[in-house]
Amino acid sequence: MKFTVLVDVRLRSGIADPAGATIERAIPVLGFAGVSGVSVGKIIRFTIEAVDKEEATIKSEELSTSFLTNPVIEDAVVTLSSMDDDL
Amino acid sequence: MSGVVGVVVFPGSNCEMDCIESITQLGGEGRLLWHGDEDLCGVDAVIVPGGFAHGDYLRPGAIARFSPVMTEVSRFAADGGPVVGICNGFQVLTEAGLLPGALQKNDGLKFLCQPAILRVESSDSLLTSRAATGDRLSIPINHFEGNYTCDEETLMALRDEDRVILRYIDNPNGSVDNIAGVCNEGRNVVGLMPHPERACNELLGSSDGSVLLGSLLDLVT
Repeated sequence: MKFTVLVDVRLRSGIADPAGATIERAIPVLGFAGVSGVSVGKIIRFTIEAVDKEEATIKSEELSTSFLTNPVIEDAVVTLSSMDDDL
Repeated sequence: MSGVVGVVVFPGSNCEMDCIESITQLGGEGRLLWHGDEDLCGVDAVIVPGGFAHGDYLRPGAIARFSPVMTEVSRFAADGGPVVGICNGFQVLTEAGLLPGALQKNDGLKFLCQPAILRVESSDSLLTSRAATGDRLSIPINHFEGNYTCDEETLMALRDEDRVILRYIDNPNGSVDNIAGVCNEGRNVVGLMPHPERACNELLGSSDGSVLLGSLLDLVT
């Protein structure tokens, strides 16, 4: 089976996020009120082949923690969707 | 007869020739090591220099650890060989698991390129053996991601084991506990954000970097 994987990489709480802070400070200038908690992360997309969703999830999570994120400063949410459903 | 210090060159490194020049000025011999090499050519010490290894893609230092030479650097370090990571080299060594913690973006949103006054916290390291605890050194910094961070347990271990070797006097980047440089448990791997190779000649505003690189040369002579 083939899956599309999204790895949503976020800075852990307490880790400096100057990009998020800068964007948040700019937002009120445009007239938008009440916007807070802006953070900038990254999304990494790939496809993976595995026998089933469980194996694909385990492999993707492992790739995320061992390489795509640095656990000292980042967390990630890994989301899989089956490409076969699209057929 | 001085030993040979290998300086690793990744695509995107940019401080390797400064390292070679300062090692040569201090009476040592430097040798460039290409990141694709699978051996260290018998060098007596290794410097991972500053720059933007592999473009800093993904995270600073994250891709560099897959370069073939890093397998050998890790083996060399495991055997007790002296390894120094400067700036981006420090980031590479944390990503490679040779040093604890990580370097996050500076507090204050600025790329910093300025002299920094450092306090030597321990003379028991391969970079500080020529110094005494409490000595102050003026060494420039040049980074955006130099804000050292680690979990509380790691920080306690670094303190208890005398592994914080350099601290900033006036913390420029928000590093936890003012940390500018640390070493590993074996004390043979050192990482620091300031650039001693840019402070080995009074023409550059400071020659205090020669205390650090001179200490390394003492070890391999």
